Amino acid sequence: MSERAIGSMEAEFRAKRAAGRKLLVPYITGGLPGWQDALRAAVAAGADAIEIGIPFSDPVMDGPIIQQASQAALEAGATPVSILHDARALDVSVPLAVMTYYNTVHHAGHERFAAQLASAGIVAAIVPDLPLEESGPWCTAADAAGIETVMLAAPTAPDERLPRVAARARGFVYSVGLLGVTGERDVLAHTAAALARRLKAITDVPVLIGVGVSNAAQAREACEVADGVVMGASVVRRLLEGGADAVGEFVADVRAVIDR
Amino acid sequence: MSLMADPSATGRFGEFGGRFVPETLVPACQELEAAFIDAWADPAFRAELHHLLTSYAGRPSIITECTNLSDELGLRLLLKREDLNHTGSHKINNVLGQALLAKRMGKTRLVAETGAGQHGVASATAAALMGMQCKVYMGAVDVERQELNVFRMKLLGSEVEAVHSGSRTLKDAVNEAMRDWVATVETTHYCLGSVMGPHPYPWMVREFHRVLGEEARAQSIALLGDVPDVAVACVGGGSNAIGLFSGFVDDRTRLVGVEPAGGAAVSRAQPGVVHGMRSYLMQDEYGQVQEAHSISAGLDYPGVGPEHSYLASIGRAEYPNVTDAEVVSAFQLLARTEGIITALESAHALAWIVRAAPELRGQTVLMNLSGRGDKDVAQMMDVLGK
Ligand SMILES: Cc1ncc(COP(=O)(O)O)c(C=O)c1O
Repeated sequence: MSERAIGSMEAEFRAKRAAGRKLLVPYITGGLPGWQDALRAAVAAGADAIEIGIPFSDPVMDGPIIQQASQAALEAGATPVSILHDARALDVSVPLAVMTYYNTVHHAGHERFAAQLASAGIVAAIVPDLPLEESGPWCTAADAAGIETVMLAAPTAPDERLPRVAARARGFVYSVGLLGVTGERDVLAHTAAALARRLKAITDVPVLIGVGVSNAAQAREACEVADGVVMGASVVRRLLEGGADAVGEFVADVRAVIDR
Repeated sequence: MSLMADPSATGRFGEFGGRFVPETLVPACQELEAAFIDAWADPAFRAELHHLLTSYAGRPSIITECTNLSDELGLRLLLKREDLNHTGSHKINNVLGQALLAKRMGKTRLVAETGAGQHGVASATAAALMGMQCKVYMGAVDVERQELNVFRMKLLGSEVEAVHSGSRTLKDAVNEAMRDWVATVETTHYCLGSVMGPHPYPWMVREFHRVLGEEARAQSIALLGDVPDVAVACVGGGSNAIGLFSGFVDDRTRLVGVEPAGGAAVSRAQPGVVHGMRSYLMQDEYGQVQEAHSISAGLDYPGVGPEHSYLASIGRAEYPNVTDAEVVSAFQLLARTEGIITALESAHALAWIVRAAPELRGQTVLMNLSGRGDKDVAQMMDVLGK
């Protein structure tokens, strides 16, 4: 790895980490009624970046809450084009990433999708069903368009695999917190810290724990090892139940607890 | 080299296949691939599977020549009788292979998806036989229309979970089985029911069904002195079809896979990625997977196994589709002329033969009768009136 370009999100994350700040990345399903207000509220409450979900018909890595949100967004008429169009108008101060399943990318075409992201002001992409071995064509297009591709690392990965995943990761390494799909859990799985620790030992790319980080206390626990957290189902549930204000309050609460 | 050789190292048949799964499942797929390669090269594993296939599943399945229907259609129709296998369909061939392999890998639990319930019943059966736990995911729509098979699975000691998301049919049952596997991968084997999913499944499941194609070829030559002119099978994910085709792919035999009109992935010829594979897929202009609609729960699927996309793309096999109405007629026709109540899935193959009969005049046609119709009788009572 002689030349590894550091994109804008990763540069910002590295700088914040160096300054002692833990990174907080809420996930919001694009196209849900009120999603843009919720996103602005999350930014105002101290989010360091936002992961915008582009809903897919068959989200195999998602549990009931995000499945429900995806279906609601699709029923409300959301498409990748409409969400990226709306994202362009957001004008927020933090980096925006998208999370979507690979068929959305494949169907649009790698170069075209990367260009669509770039022109919407998106700086990073997370594609949870595109593992390392299949990621080449997308990563080439994304690199060329200046889109950082976040790679996921899972608790099942043998030691020899993690450095290869980390080497291909841009922006941050998404350290999957548990064996399972997205959704809130009562406790932080023991796998969460264990995997983040393994990753921290082999890479200086920021390591964020996501999947199963469900509340402020769990976020704080995760941040004892990791550089930050991605919080999905807990945020989306609040958007579904209480709208943008509930999202803002929750993110502010998590921010306060992880900064303490 | 055979047209049905092993896939590439990345699990490709031409440009189809691959392994598009969450990172959590990559090591499990790699481990499964290594275990399959090892087992398939091991004479002891082969012998154990052969023993189960012959002494438990009832292989080889016979070939029946349909004299009455042949006269009516003006061709020579032979049926490969997979409906006579234990549990009533071809699905048992694959399941016995996978369950043996899962045991060899030290797994204690199987998860499976099912549409018509035939793969679920076969999985529940293998789990009972081998002392494993088993959980089967089934779309809520299918739980209703294939009630008999739900009860059979429960009798066999399996848990059956109705899936209420999405189209509430086979596609969503696969999603839910994959979600289970993501959470339980250390103890659990995902016993996938067709030649679909991430590498190595399309290849492995094909190899487990090869037995039916090999038998069919030898039986055809014994009976006809030649391979048949045409080999026909229905296509959901495509496992019974690939099994049949494997016997004839390198011969002159015309290969026909029949899809339901409401689930005709191959005709649309649009590649997409879902359930771990790149293959032809019914999808909208943004890549959202569309819902299939078929009278037959086992074919109610918007995709198709990647090797079928490959065989279609190179022109070696063709994939017409038939309507529900044609299927209902074919179902009745076989019962009345030959005394065989077929599964609605397999009736698709016959429906195409009936339609194509004028152009098939005088030819030998071998059809895979992939399953028996007991499970469909209640549904047909509603359709036809008691
Ligand atoms: C009798 C029968 N035939 C065919 C199928 C379709 O599967 P495949 O296309 O994999 O053979 C099913 C699936 O449930 C079935 O039960």
